[in-house]
Amino acid sequence: MQIQYYLYLSFILFGIGALGVMIRRNAIIVFMCIEMMLNSVNLLLVAFSKVQYALNAQGIDGQIFVFFVMVVAAAEVTVGLAIIVMCYRNTRSIDIGLMNRIKN
Amino acid sequence: MATSLFWLFSALAIFAAVMVVTSRLAIYSILWLVVLFFTISGHYILMNAQFLAIVNIIVYAGAIMVLFLFVVMLMNVNDPNDNKKSIGLAIFGGLATILFLLSILNIVFNAQHTTKEINDLATTSTGDIGLVQNLGMELFKNYVLPFEICGVLFLSAIIGAVTLGKR
Repeated sequence: MQIQYYLYLSFILFGIGALGVMIRRNAIIVFMCIEMMLNSVNLLLVAFSKVQYALNAQGIDGQIFVFFVMVVAAAEVTVGLAIIVMCYRNTRSIDIGLMNRIKN
Repeated sequence: MATSLFWLFSALAIFAAVMVVTSRLAIYSILWLVVLFFTISGHYILMNAQFLAIVNIIVYAGAIMVLFLFVVMLMNVNDPNDNKKSIGLAIFGGLATILFLLSILNIVFNAQHTTKEINDLATTSTGDIGLVQNLGMELFKNYVLPFEICGVLFLSAIIGAVTLGKR
């Protein structure tokens, strides 16, 4: 497989994730679409790391970056889900159109 | 073999992604997202990144998705208003996504190949940079400061989650 196919797959996954962020109202599904976008970028990083390895026997940095992206995604999900639970406790809803109610 | 596996994983990944966005219940979205993570792990194995494949399954499918599942099950959301979709938002969101995909895929399609072609990216057992030993040596030699900062980031995430959850 050439690098173009990985680019196409990664961009399509990113686009579907962005579409989900834009059209869905459920805050949890919006979070999952963000995870999907992060994963498509991870896939692209691994693919380019493989290209780099095939060209000049380097490319371990890309995989290290994927590791750090996973770390940041895990931390983000922890805090984000805590915020969603708190919002649900206050408003009895996780519709992102009603998120302005958590102001006070 | 690797090529057919690539197409199988790609088709399954795109189908799972579409199902994540279009599922009406959040719990089906979570299960389809687990499928998506498994297919992406399959891609990692095809690209000879074994450690990342295992970490992807353990961290994403094992930890993060279980966290999502517990939150969904604790909240018991069956509000019919949550499934209500705005038709204008769907139209313009789809339009924006299609324009984004067209522009960025056009760039890839018209790109000039400056370096030499790599024709077989999805081949296993090429090199050992994806193994735990090499990644660990790199992580603890050249990237030890970001690694420690990740520890601080996790600590702040834990404190933030506990603080938000206690009220």
